[in-house]
Amino acid sequence: MLEFKDILFAPEWSFLRFAILTGLCLSPALGVIGTMVVTRRISSLAGASTHAALGGFGLALFLQRVCLWQWFTPTLGAVIGAVAAAVAVGIVSIYAKEREDTIIGAVWAIGMSIGLLFLDRTPGYVDWQGYLFGSILLLTSNDTYMTLILDAIILIPTIIFFPALLAMSFDDTFAKLRGIKVTALYIGLLVLTALTIVLLINLVGIMLVIALLTLPSAAAACCTAHLRTTMILSAFYNALFITAGLLLSCLLALPSGPTIVVLAGIAYILSMIRKKYSSK
Amino acid sequence: MSFGYTPGITVLKDVSFCIPSGSSGCIVGPNGGGKSTLLKLMLGLLSPTTGTIRIAGKTPVKSRSRIGYMPQYHQLDASFPASVLEVAMMGRITPFTFFRHSKKDRQKALQALETVGIADLADRSFAGLSGGQRQRVLIARALAGDPELLLLDEPTANIDPGAEEKFYATLNELRKQMTVITVSHDMGFVNRETDLVICVNRSVTLHQATDFTAEAANEVYHHHVNMIKHDHSCFCHCKKEHDN
Repeated sequence: MLEFKDILFAPEWSFLRFAILTGLCLSPALGVIGTMVVTRRISSLAGASTHAALGGFGLALFLQRVCLWQWFTPTLGAVIGAVAAAVAVGIVSIYAKEREDTIIGAVWAIGMSIGLLFLDRTPGYVDWQGYLFGSILLLTSNDTYMTLILDAIILIPTIIFFPALLAMSFDDTFAKLRGIKVTALYIGLLVLTALTIVLLINLVGIMLVIALLTLPSAAAACCTAHLRTTMILSAFYNALFITAGLLLSCLLALPSGPTIVVLAGIAYILSMIRKKYSSK
Repeated sequence: MSFGYTPGITVLKDVSFCIPSGSSGCIVGPNGGGKSTLLKLMLGLLSPTTGTIRIAGKTPVKSRSRIGYMPQYHQLDASFPASVLEVAMMGRITPFTFFRHSKKDRQKALQALETVGIADLADRSFAGLSGGQRQRVLIARALAGDPELLLLDEPTANIDPGAEEKFYATLNELRKQMTVITVSHDMGFVNRETDLVICVNRSVTLHQATDFTAEAANEVYHHHVNMIKHDHSCFCHCKKEHDN
């Protein structure tokens, strides 16, 4: 039986401590981006971006192994795929709202297909299941550093531009009339969302990114009536669910991604019930 | 000026009118007649295909900071997490509002909430309000920026029954301080205090409120309009003539 103190101190569990540390570092970014995704209702856009990341990932791995472009790392490929997809869909949603749904479906499917085709033609062993469903064994110290950088590039602008972000999320036409650069702000938000998605893929996998991006924030939104407090509470929830999910998955020998998501899902359902009950 | 979304199809044709500053007007006309388009043109969200629009001598885009705009509230997310005061303070935002709103912004927002009579709701959640209360919050948001021109899109569409009288009183008070233009999809709301009736149906006709008669209404709506005298305002009710 696995002892709790083993997890904390035993050398063979260092990967788990590492995963928890990365998860904790990712939580503030998730709190902000997740809340924005939920309030702006762009979770399907984020889904398209996630699957396009697989396309970029597959392409990069193929080029690395076949064309020997060593500098073109899978993470760089995933970043390019996710950002390009998010911005493309974002521009469509601004200028041709009626096409948004179709474009999201197309980017989603094409991104994933390109990724799978390239992975199929990539020689050597590819742990693509790890990318689909997440594998905390894939985490490296690079991920932790990148997560801390991501926190900085998300939190600093969010704190500075918070009034504009709030006004744009509530009513972008009005914000535009007040001189706010809503298009730039929105595209900026999409780029940061795409970066968050790429880092989240390593933790929970492509299939579960959207769940972790939305469930803790949706649960937080049930408990508070302000955007700012929703972000803070969501960051706290993320830290809690990721830590608890990782520990639980190791104790019970379960896959980590699904365990985290199920915990977040239960919290969301309980928050909704509580809200419904308390409003009566 | 004229305007069309696609080349060859004009939504508004040969429109030419002038609203003197300090007066109040009511934009009326049937659905699809171009009221929303006219409003977007006045806000500079659309540019005319031919001709020009000037608001206080400048282009609409340059005059934006002097316009207070209230959209229809059902265009907005009803469950958005923000307090009433936070929404009202959005009316004070500028591209240089960083970190948080200033004390002055807060004060102005509270003052605007007081003007529309809901200062006591400042700390309540916007999502928990009734339709009429939300509408008032959005008017307060438009007022918070100290506008010289107030544009209200369908301000009476969701008013709570019974609150109507109070609402008209608020509006009449505002008319003394600034140019107020309201938009209405039926002519339900041609208030007695209104100076001008701006009829929009592909083209725009301006009537002095006192001259606005059933005949003029018939011309805009192209079908029979019943005129009903009301104790505090003049209402027009449209009755569609069925072919059978």
